[in-house]
Amino acid sequence: MVPEATRPRILEPGQIVDGFCLVERLHRGGMAALWHVTRADLAVAGIMKIPLLGEDPTAIVGFEVEQMILPLLHGPHVPRWIAAGGFDAQPYIVMEMIQGQSLRARLEQTPLPAPEVAAIGARIAEALHDLHQQQVIHHDIKPSNIMFRADGTAVLIDFGLARHDRLPDLLAEQFRLPMGTGPYISPEQVLHNRTDARSDLFALGVILYFLATGARPFGAPTSVRGLRRRLYEEPAPPRAHRPEFPLWLQEIILHCLEVDPEQRYATAAQLAFDLTHPQSVALTARASAAQAQSPWTRLGRLVRRLAAKPTTRSTTQQLNRAPIVMAAVDLTQEWEALADALRTAARHVLQAAPGARLACVSVLRTHRLALDAPADVAGTHRHVHRLVQLQHWARPLALPGARVSFHVLEAPDPATAILDYARGNRVDHIVIGSRGASSLRRYLGSVSTQVVAQAACTVTVVKVPAEERAEPGEALAPQAER
Amino acid sequence: MTIALLTDIHSNREALEACLAHAQEHGATQHCFLGDYVGYGADPGFVVDTVMRFARQGSIALRGNHDQAAGGAGDVRLNADAQQCIDWTRTVLNAEQLAFLRQLPLTAEDGVCLFVHANGWDPKNFEYIFGPMQAARNMQVVRQRITFCGHMHEPMLYHMGLTQRVEVFSPVPGTPIPLSAARRWLALPGSVGQPRDGNPAACYATFDELTNLLSFWRVPYDHQSAARKVRAAGLPERYAQQLLYGA
Repeated sequence: MVPEATRPRILEPGQIVDGFCLVERLHRGGMAALWHVTRADLAVAGIMKIPLLGEDPTAIVGFEVEQMILPLLHGPHVPRWIAAGGFDAQPYIVMEMIQGQSLRARLEQTPLPAPEVAAIGARIAEALHDLHQQQVIHHDIKPSNIMFRADGTAVLIDFGLARHDRLPDLLAEQFRLPMGTGPYISPEQVLHNRTDARSDLFALGVILYFLATGARPFGAPTSVRGLRRRLYEEPAPPRAHRPEFPLWLQEIILHCLEVDPEQRYATAAQLAFDLTHPQSVALTARASAAQAQSPWTRLGRLVRRLAAKPTTRSTTQQLNRAPIVMAAVDLTQEWEALADALRTAARHVLQAAPGARLACVSVLRTHRLALDAPADVAGTHRHVHRLVQLQHWARPLALPGARVSFHVLEAPDPATAILDYARGNRVDHIVIGSRGASSLRRYLGSVSTQVVAQAACTVTVVKVPAEERAEPGEALAPQAER
Repeated sequence: MTIALLTDIHSNREALEACLAHAQEHGATQHCFLGDYVGYGADPGFVVDTVMRFARQGSIALRGNHDQAAGGAGDVRLNADAQQCIDWTRTVLNAEQLAFLRQLPLTAEDGVCLFVHANGWDPKNFEYIFGPMQAARNMQVVRQRITFCGHMHEPMLYHMGLTQRVEVFSPVPGTPIPLSAARRWLALPGSVGQPRDGNPAACYATFDELTNLLSFWRVPYDHQSAARKVRAAGLPERYAQQLLYGA
């Protein structure tokens, strides 16, 4: 049963639909036609998406889903929603036209060099994290649904299969076929589970694999039987294609392609972190695997899939249990007592979030004018020394390599360096020490004060009681603020 | 234009006042009462007077099974404790209030919406919408695209697309839900004065006819005072407990 109004109709350039002038048809696919449209009051070029609604109910529901979710999304990683027309007249959505290229255009140039794959992947992961923070899972991440703005920002398009945590899932109705795109669909989507944000990380893993090797890890199956093979078939490690393939990138890609979502990256932000810090990627057996299938790997994957349970966590809960925590550690001598208190505070934050990842950061102050000076031996020594100290500081936390990383920044202004690092790495929580209450410090402002004032995330400021600090002449400092 | 949907107030003055204030803060310009103003609680007079005042100004006010029992508009089967509350209610309401309860209509329509206390297939029999089966029955019979019902005290949203399969959704309070024009909807705002899902906060919903956005709300109110009054009135203890624990 298809309502009269939803049948396809003939549209011509110059025609006006609800005040929008159709300029040119840009595309006509199986599900929808895309028109460039204008309206006097529009500051940006508009695209009108008009569904081609035949007898396929999934196409109709997909359009409903996009009409429901797109208006709720915001930020640079999605097209801005402009208008929608209902099913009682001509159904349509008008959104911002993204001026830029689709990732699909790059597929002909594969395999791409590893640094470029990582850079592209990090931008897509950043977009995915932003989407997941808005409580939406995309469920159809593939090259043709990813665009790049002129400044390189990744934009996700086509929300026809998306799911919003706090809205009815219109696609939960039991359609016979799994919903997704053959090469990219996650194992849990094949099994009709639509509640896990890490499905999008699997799809991104397929994209990274494709970009880096020129081959698809699971082919391009079109039958349900073909789709199900990824439940038990391990992808051939990229090193089987190219023996010189970087270990860190293979580690990242195979980490995304784990059959059990619990074994994948916990969040897109954590994936972006690894893609932007190759030297910090903790290498496991995944990194060096060079063999394609064996009966044992197939059995292992199938067992892991059978043991995997659908997640009971919402996207927000999943993100909350796996934040990126940054400990800003000052290791000069006078800070010794504070370093202990800082570690305790970091431990508390990590205990509350089992998937959290800790970035230990220390800033080496440089002179403003010496920025371009070549790194000398003394400088290198100072850098390595601080790194060793940082690792020593974190040792009592006993974190596995995949959950902790160490970064020594060199900058003239520690507060700015800490804030830039937090922003660039999507840090959720900064733990920082403060020496508190002298009148001079109040007058000049401290690093922690500036970080608290300007950080976009939660900041815990750690203090030690005044008597332990043993700084004569200072007023009693308040206890650690949490 | 935002309409506040309030149902199953059950003589709970504190809960009603809290919901009306909340609705005003959230821009409600119209009110629709889906029935069961009396029973269980200790303030039937205040609640009936309030609904009566809104009804005289044009608000929709429908008849619930408890209103029918108290007003004497027809036979209603209630359990012994509930019947005890109704008998008490009849002694405290005045003639005007009882007459108001007696003349209430069972349904009302407004464009694409049907309003009814219990269900759309047989409003006078007060059968419950326990789950997708009854929801499907409702959506197959009702001509309007959206049905708003009380009677079930738990907030719930059912929907049916072109495949005719009914899906159920537990609404998240405070999240506006766009009611797509391409499907049929059955919305149960939940009870203002007798929530029974383990959360004592009052339930109600708002619907914006222009944007098609439906929001479910939970409103904390002084439920301890309301429970104290139930005890003071000598009504069955279980109804005080239900206010305290929301179950």
